[in-house]
Amino acid sequence: MAVIERADAGSLAPARARGGAGAIDIAGVSKTYSIDGTPLRVIDDVNLHVATGEFVTIVGPSGCGKSTLLRLVAGLEEPSAGNISIAGRPMAERMNACGYMPQRDMLLPWRNVVDNAALPLEYRGLSRGEARREAAALLDRFGLAGFERAAPHALSGGMRQRVALARTALTGRTVLLLDEPLGALDALTRLDMQQWLLQVWSQLGSTVLLVTHDLDEAIILSDRIYVMSARPGRIVAEIQVPLARPRPESLVASAGFAGLKGRLLDAVRAGSGERDRK
Amino acid sequence: MTTESATFKPALSTVQRRGGRLVSALIVVTAIAAWQAATVFGRLENWLLPSPWDVLVSFTKPDTQNLILDNVWVTVEEALIGFATCLVIGVGLAAAMAAWRTLRSGLYPLLIASQTVPIIAIAAILVVVFGYGLAPKIVVVVLFSFFAVTVNVLDAVQSLDPELPGLLRSLGASRWDILRTARIPAALPGFFTGARLAVTYSVAAAVYSEWVGATGGLGYAVIQAANQFAEAQVFALVVVMALLGLAGFGAVTLVERLCVPWLRRDTYA
Repeated sequence: MAVIERADAGSLAPARARGGAGAIDIAGVSKTYSIDGTPLRVIDDVNLHVATGEFVTIVGPSGCGKSTLLRLVAGLEEPSAGNISIAGRPMAERMNACGYMPQRDMLLPWRNVVDNAALPLEYRGLSRGEARREAAALLDRFGLAGFERAAPHALSGGMRQRVALARTALTGRTVLLLDEPLGALDALTRLDMQQWLLQVWSQLGSTVLLVTHDLDEAIILSDRIYVMSARPGRIVAEIQVPLARPRPESLVASAGFAGLKGRLLDAVRAGSGERDRK
Repeated sequence: MTTESATFKPALSTVQRRGGRLVSALIVVTAIAAWQAATVFGRLENWLLPSPWDVLVSFTKPDTQNLILDNVWVTVEEALIGFATCLVIGVGLAAAMAAWRTLRSGLYPLLIASQTVPIIAIAAILVVVFGYGLAPKIVVVVLFSFFAVTVNVLDAVQSLDPELPGLLRSLGASRWDILRTARIPAALPGFFTGARLAVTYSVAAAVYSEWVGATGGLGYAVIQAANQFAEAQVFALVVVMALLGLAGFGAVTLVERLCVPWLRRDTYA
């Protein structure tokens, strides 16, 4: 529905302007868990901004709290301090303002591919038939034509992730939060899926906040990269990626890419080093 | 979901399935042959242990046929009403225990304790309280069978990925939507496992309940036949009970195939 309409106009490059109420505004967000009575701070005073149509990535070492940050933005957990706003709306409304895709695809084994993707449409009150038709149209564009009636377990890992992203996109929300969507895939499938993800992003015209620990992936995909430190996670660097789009796979062999990766690696190392000094 | 690898075991091949049936048939045939041989060569009187052949012959006699026809529907009625009641109570308990953690931790030990009570002894008391009618039979059947349903449904509900409800909520699901699209489908395999056990227990429990006080039913008929030393009839009645149990088992399996098609490893649903 909304997704498809946007895609018709979506061959235009998404707006990349900064300033004003952005798609995602995170201000002074902290998260503290209580483990057996001892407070454990996992996220510390994070400030982060994503403009409408922008593709922004958070990188950081394992366990730095980047997935937790995404769950906070998605509204699945509440921050201990700070404010999160999607498209300028109050914090309490954020769950219905963004589409969240977890690391594991979590497709329902009792539903076939099209009925899994159609879940958000059904939840919105569309009839089963309408929901199926609309979901099938998007699956078609996601390279899953002919697999609509397949059971999830019959698909490869890459295809399952495509279904999961289709399900998230069919929420009709333009701000997408992707938690290591390609993390479980083998290296070659991963490269294919990165190209596919870029294509989908420009077609849908959505805003993306993606979490990964793969530096190459972050550079290939992003307009901007935030680097998070080891726990307690805080933003230690913000790096612009000035590489022109479209970005082919071969870009990883270029000098510009290598320079960026060097800077990014230094920032990640410096962030992890904080923990060693403590 | 993470349960995937546990849920989808590779289906048996045709050869394995045929081999399995062959093994079952061999065991049954061998047992019957051994039984027949024992009665022939062991010179056992047929009022002590009738041979399989005697049992088969007994089915052709009008008095056995009448005994079965007069009593089978009483047992079927008790077993079916009891089974249906146990499904409702079993699922209700499991749902309540899944929803309230405190209730679960309080009730679980009691349920297990209830299974250690010899129900046949309770049946005798129930007859005193409720008389010879249908009610005490239903109570016995439910006491025997609900546990299998409750435990299996509860296990299945708790196997649901704990992160799934949150994800569905972010996709716009209401509590009812989550129940409808996730919790109930996740519970169905456990429900059918429990129902399959419960339906066979129900037949056996209905027969037990007739032992302590009844005016009809297969259990009642067994006692009548045994008192007359009509052992071939007793065995004929036992065969009918076994067939009832199998029929119930088959019926539940059939409904399961229709309701839980995703557990069969088909590529295309």
